Amino acid sequence: MGLPPSMQVEESEEGRILTISVGPQHPGSGHFRLVVKVDGDIIVGADPDPGYVHRGEEKMCEYRNYIQNIPHLERPMIADSCGILYPFCLGVEDIANIPVPERAKYIRVILAELNRCIFELYWLGIYGIFLGHSTMFMWPMGDRELLIDLAEAATGARVTHAYFVPGGVRNDLPENFKERAIRQLDYFKHRLDQYKDIFYNNPLFLDRTKGVGVLSAQDAINLGVTGPVLRASGVKHDIRKIEPYDVYDQLDFEAYSMNSGDSYARAYIPLLEMYESINIIKQCLEKMPSGSVRTKLGPNPRGAAGESFKRVEAGRGELAYYLVSDGTPKPYRVKLSVPSFRQIPAMPHLLKGAKLADMPAIYWSLNYWPVEADR
Amino acid sequence: MSSHGGQPEEGSQAKAEAKPETQKPVEIPPLEKGIIEKITERFGDKIKFVYAKPKRIRFNVKTEDVMDFAKFLHDEVGFDQPISVAGVDYPKENIIEVVYHIGCCTKPEYTSSVFAFALRLPRDNPKTPTLIPVYRGVEYHEREAFEMLGVIFEGHPRLEKLLLPEDWADIPPLRKDFNIKGR
Repeated sequence: MGLPPSMQVEESEEGRILTISVGPQHPGSGHFRLVVKVDGDIIVGADPDPGYVHRGEEKMCEYRNYIQNIPHLERPMIADSCGILYPFCLGVEDIANIPVPERAKYIRVILAELNRCIFELYWLGIYGIFLGHSTMFMWPMGDRELLIDLAEAATGARVTHAYFVPGGVRNDLPENFKERAIRQLDYFKHRLDQYKDIFYNNPLFLDRTKGVGVLSAQDAINLGVTGPVLRASGVKHDIRKIEPYDVYDQLDFEAYSMNSGDSYARAYIPLLEMYESINIIKQCLEKMPSGSVRTKLGPNPRGAAGESFKRVEAGRGELAYYLVSDGTPKPYRVKLSVPSFRQIPAMPHLLKGAKLADMPAIYWSLNYWPVEADR
Repeated sequence: MSSHGGQPEEGSQAKAEAKPETQKPVEIPPLEKGIIEKITERFGDKIKFVYAKPKRIRFNVKTEDVMDFAKFLHDEVGFDQPISVAGVDYPKENIIEVVYHIGCCTKPEYTSSVFAFALRLPRDNPKTPTLIPVYRGVEYHEREAFEMLGVIFEGHPRLEKLLLPEDWADIPPLRKDFNIKGR
């Protein structure tokens, strides 16, 4: 078997193919290199080269006990730190049979959705600057601060919260959290309407994304992509819906999908999801019971030997942890299946045949975060 | 990398004893039971059932059957979405496990389930055919398992370094005999 078709370069006339190395200096979101071969301004082959920010998270996990693993596991994705920690906590609870109080489940969903918005605003800001729309860089970055303030009030830290723990959350919400959250979310919703006007309905944005980088549903499934990228291709696959965790099965929300599979759909779904996150957080604030927020654990919690595979829907898609326990307080093996890593095969697939000028619009619509992919 | 004999089959016995839940599957839910019956009907005792929890099933497969098994799982059963390929090192049993986690996007009744199948390879010569022809998306996952655990995926178009530096000269880092300095 030779190279996969998306990576094969058909040699045309001698000397026509030019190889460009894009990166590894920070092309927008972390260190990552894309070796692009162009014939004129048409991309004839793209080869992703991750690994510049590999930190050995999985190896580090084997040296620390389950609780000590919490702070460093959120480092690969500080823009969505609750999202990346969530399945780890679910997995440890599964292995060690730790019950979770009802209130903690609601608080977790609130923080996970808040983090989804914080992450998607960050993503949107960079997408704006990738497409040369500097207002769309400034606005989300500014509005993100309001939501970060809210998360800070709950957790005590701006971005690296280390808030989720096996058995619940670290501390309860502050006293006036509900009123403050509703006020800020209402304002945020109003801002999202404005984003629609200035960015999503902007003819330049439409020109640069509609019909660009079309991924068919069949390819999306086969390549293993996930999250908004998969749903933009018309596959209704949202872990919150298909395999609800914590209290998602008691909430009324929509998991959006679109059929066009282009960069526009991949960029529009995050906007719809932010509206839906506001809806989810408000429902949780209403329904949340009172009571304890954390199951008291002894030192060094451990479970029987066995394994667990837990997954959640993070901002970028399905995030799963494969935990293997050998009965000691330290995990025997932790494998992170992160959405960014799963989007990599879609990159050469979509870039081949596209124009070089469309590269930013395709690359960033794939929701690829180098730091998370490298772990 | 030490090698003191030990066959894959002996290793899987030892592992089954280490996991109490694998010995007595208390009650398998109907959905999982249907999948298991479909698979055992086709493969019989070529494959080894490990466990079935709600929405999670695992089988152990032999290297020579894995291609047929993956094709059957993809085409007949309907698990079509590659989620993860994890390598796990068991130096005591002289085994490296390669665990494929496969999800389902198209069959509504299976979308909530994750199917796992594992290969138990001898630690001194871990070789298995690549599953790219069936699951296109495992390409980078397999490359990662190659560099992190030294598993050779036969037929893989690009078995080279992915996350590690190109000049990495030590043993594959996720093997248990690789130690982080100072820990």
